[in-house]
Amino acid sequence: MKILKKGDLEKIREAGLQTLFPKETKISVGMATCGLSTGADRVYEAIQKEVERSKLRMHVAKTGCIGFCQREPVVDILEPGKPRVFYQEVTPEKAVELVRRWGESQVVSDWLFFKMEKEDWIGEDRFYDYSVRQIPKGLDGTPHYHQIPFYNKQLKVALRNCGFINPDHIEEYIARGGYFTLCRALLEMKPEEIIGEVKASGLRGRGGAGFLTGNKWETCRKSKGDRKYVLCNADEGDPGAYMDRSVLEGDPHSVIEGMIIGAYAIGAHEGFIYVRDEYPLAIQKLQTAIRQAVEMGLLGEDILGSGFSFRINLFRGGGAFVCGESTALMASIEGNVGEPRAKHIHTTESGLWDKPSNLNNVETWNNIPVIISRGADWYSKIGTEKSKGTKVFSIVGKVNNTGLIEVPMGITLREIVYDIGGGIPEGKKFKAVQTGGPSGGCIPESLLDLPVDFDRLTEVGSMMGSGGMIVMDDSTCMVDVAKYFMDFLKGESCGKCTSCREGTKRMHEILTEISEGRGKPEHISLLEELGWVTAEASLCALGGTAPNPVLSTIRYFRHEYEEHILNKRCPAKVCRALLKYRILSDVCTMCGRCAKVCPEKAISGKTKTKKEKGIPFRIDEQKCIQCGMCFEACKFKAIEVQ
Amino acid sequence: MEASKIDGIIRKYGEKSSAILAILQDIQSEEKYLPKEALEYVSQKMQISLSSIFRIATFYNALSLKPRGKHKIDVCLGTACHVRGGEKILGKLERELGVSVGETTKDKRFTLELVRCLGCCSLGPVAVVDGKVFGRLAQDKVSSLLKEYK
Amino acid sequence: MIPFTIDGKPVEGKEGGTLLEVALEAGVDIPHLCYNESVKPYGACRLCLVEVERHGRRRMTTSCTYPVLEGIKVFTGTEKVLRARRMIIELLLAMCPGDKKIQEMAREMGVDEVRFKKEDKDCILCGLCARVCEEVVGANAIHFAFRGDRREMVAPFLGEAMNCIACGACVVVCPVDVIKMKEEGDERTILRWKRTLKMKQCKVCGNYFAPWFQLEKFREKARLPKDFYDVCYTCRS
Repeated sequence: MKILKKGDLEKIREAGLQTLFPKETKISVGMATCGLSTGADRVYEAIQKEVERSKLRMHVAKTGCIGFCQREPVVDILEPGKPRVFYQEVTPEKAVELVRRWGESQVVSDWLFFKMEKEDWIGEDRFYDYSVRQIPKGLDGTPHYHQIPFYNKQLKVALRNCGFINPDHIEEYIARGGYFTLCRALLEMKPEEIIGEVKASGLRGRGGAGFLTGNKWETCRKSKGDRKYVLCNADEGDPGAYMDRSVLEGDPHSVIEGMIIGAYAIGAHEGFIYVRDEYPLAIQKLQTAIRQAVEMGLLGEDILGSGFSFRINLFRGGGAFVCGESTALMASIEGNVGEPRAKHIHTTESGLWDKPSNLNNVETWNNIPVIISRGADWYSKIGTEKSKGTKVFSIVGKVNNTGLIEVPMGITLREIVYDIGGGIPEGKKFKAVQTGGPSGGCIPESLLDLPVDFDRLTEVGSMMGSGGMIVMDDSTCMVDVAKYFMDFLKGESCGKCTSCREGTKRMHEILTEISEGRGKPEHISLLEELGWVTAEASLCALGGTAPNPVLSTIRYFRHEYEEHILNKRCPAKVCRALLKYRILSDVCTMCGRCAKVCPEKAISGKTKTKKEKGIPFRIDEQKCIQCGMCFEACKFKAIEVQ
Repeated sequence: MEASKIDGIIRKYGEKSSAILAILQDIQSEEKYLPKEALEYVSQKMQISLSSIFRIATFYNALSLKPRGKHKIDVCLGTACHVRGGEKILGKLERELGVSVGETTKDKRFTLELVRCLGCCSLGPVAVVDGKVFGRLAQDKVSSLLKEYK
Repeated sequence: MIPFTIDGKPVEGKEGGTLLEVALEAGVDIPHLCYNESVKPYGACRLCLVEVERHGRRRMTTSCTYPVLEGIKVFTGTEKVLRARRMIIELLLAMCPGDKKIQEMAREMGVDEVRFKKEDKDCILCGLCARVCEEVVGANAIHFAFRGDRREMVAPFLGEAMNCIACGACVVVCPVDVIKMKEEGDERTILRWKRTLKMKQCKVCGNYFAPWFQLEKFREKARLPKDFYDVCYTCRS
């Protein structure tokens, strides 16, 4: 049905509420990429089969990512009269059992994750309450969602709907307040008012650069020309960052609504969403969402009878990190290679096909409906003085709780790593947290009390970036980390600028020399000089920020570089060429496992049997390629790595 | 590849030269790589110079000019997987298959590629074979994984 | 005409012009490799860096791409600029140690040592050959391929450049002179693109003056009669 006025939206809201909170028990399975990669599809199938088989009156639904990716597959059960219950690490077998027991009105307390009694509808400043007077036995010991350390300090604005709606059902998005803000914006607000609100909110771009969004919109609006474009950068290329993917897979309409509001404010009638090729599920979800929005008249001609027309095109990337750069992204849409161009004239004046264009990141667009709905005043109270609002981060690496989190700006890194992340596993020591992806840097322990804020992170040699946060412990070698990033960047550079192409190549070359025991004392200052020219002389932000991983690791871990160079030692035991694998002859049980797995047949000895005494095994250093297979195979800790 | 099939793809995108990337991706979906003849045909049909098409085909990671093996293995070397030892998994695969990244085995069974971050960081190190994700990998699990694919 | 200053000296440039054009015209020597007046500015080599002060803020940028704007202050010889240019030429020298032009420029800038492992490439990836072939000649025979440290200037599929008309424009425009052309008997070869074409003979003077393939292309495009090119340019005038 076509939505022609607010009343129509209300009707759809009612329908959506019916599927969100049905009268019968509803079981939802998290089916974003993280869920699917742990087998959520098999869990869903198992649940469906069991519900059919037992002829139970239950609804089985799909939803997005609730953030605690490590505990996937996550299944939640909502039975009227009981709190909503979430289960973790559910297998198809456990799922069948859940269905069976809930079908028999049993409350299952195994595999419990947490319970919920109300849902925050942050866009509308209210809660959807399903609290009960008496918590059923078996659930009273279960923590509430807000009590779980991982979730306790989070504030979900961008992730408001992820894990709570089926992204393929526009009705559910509308039920939770979606598109009502669009209605108000198009029918009751003027474009200048909207821009004023976005400016007053202090929202800064969530893609990495952190430009004031309102100012960007204003410049674009004021640019000369009748034809303008709005674009969404969904080319999330930072390895380790998947915030945008989760939003697109779990709540695609939030981005669409944001873009329509933005297009109206700027005066654009056509938009593009540029999605990275490596995100097939996100592309699928967007295609469905756009189609539904078109069907309902929320995209197309004369939206909601406002006279404003807007359509969105989906563009699939080709696998190039550099296409996340605004001018490269536009070149790609135009049918060229993703080579950036000089931005002496900004894209807001002359961008896609030389027309004024406004490009924003997925998370930025997603925040817009909430800012317009709750107001700039409310939004600007969250965060720090210069960094307003919340930010989604992916916390991964050597940390206990890995997943996607959303926190108010100003929270400290220590709170993120220890309170939310649960600290470092296996009792190891924290070493650094890498933020900002390949454009960012490593932050050491001494700076853990730094508040997360655009400017503070840049001051210490890193940057906010898109939100990837990689935690490292003492088994991570910082020289290796710098080398890893340079390897990535030299291949992803478009190659146009001498400074970027040769700079990243030579930095990688020197880092390789250092990690292979051929480091020279002058290499550190050479890296610093190369870093300087790569950043200063290159055309775009890829080259401009490429040296950050190298320069920040030299800044905070210089001693590690010196160990590699002067003592030919890798303290973290990562750089293969500097390692020596040795079998401790007094610990060796002569089982022979190591010799069996050695690919170079470098281990010799004699297996101990009932008849023979056996000879302790020895590694031939000349043949050893330091692959580590023997170390992994030995069950007696008889192999030492130096 | 039949000319009519390519014509169909070109028509699907409104014959716009700006859609060249999508057109090449669709051809690649059909053929598993970009045959030289197909590119020459597109160049002639859409009046885009062959040098431009070759430039685009070699610029984007998603496009391949070399025929791929029956099974495609993508080893994730995103930062999280790297920190969890992704390189070791790659090394083991290279040794087992006798190829380097980007190459196809002599028996054309496997093509080994790299990917930077699929977003399953909690499961690292990760490898994907024909779209199926294998998480929590270790060097000693590699051989049995390969045996699953004939 | 738009007024601004270069190193304190007042200059003028026309709307749409670039700093490098104005500087060269005014006799200010800014080193450059990938700039050529016959094609659009590209900004690949990064040698023409200058510092530009606008609205009180200074940034380092390539003078070949930066537009002429009123009241800007351009500085062509600051310490920052010189340091950057020296590193760029050192990187180019490490890449193409055999190129005489690069050696000369390095000497001029006071760069006498290369602190990196020398490669043995000759092409500096300035792109002039492809840009001229595309923008001026219209043959589009060659272009960049691959990405990052694997970037190269090649003919499609790394074979013979089948659209090349052997006009020799790329030979002339290459700043490091690594594209060679040779003529032997009735054949002309552009060696780098593996392109050998048979030449047409003038009916009047008997000289081999241009490749058949090239002349056919011109005839087609301009819809000229079949015998139009039977007489060479010299004999015609």
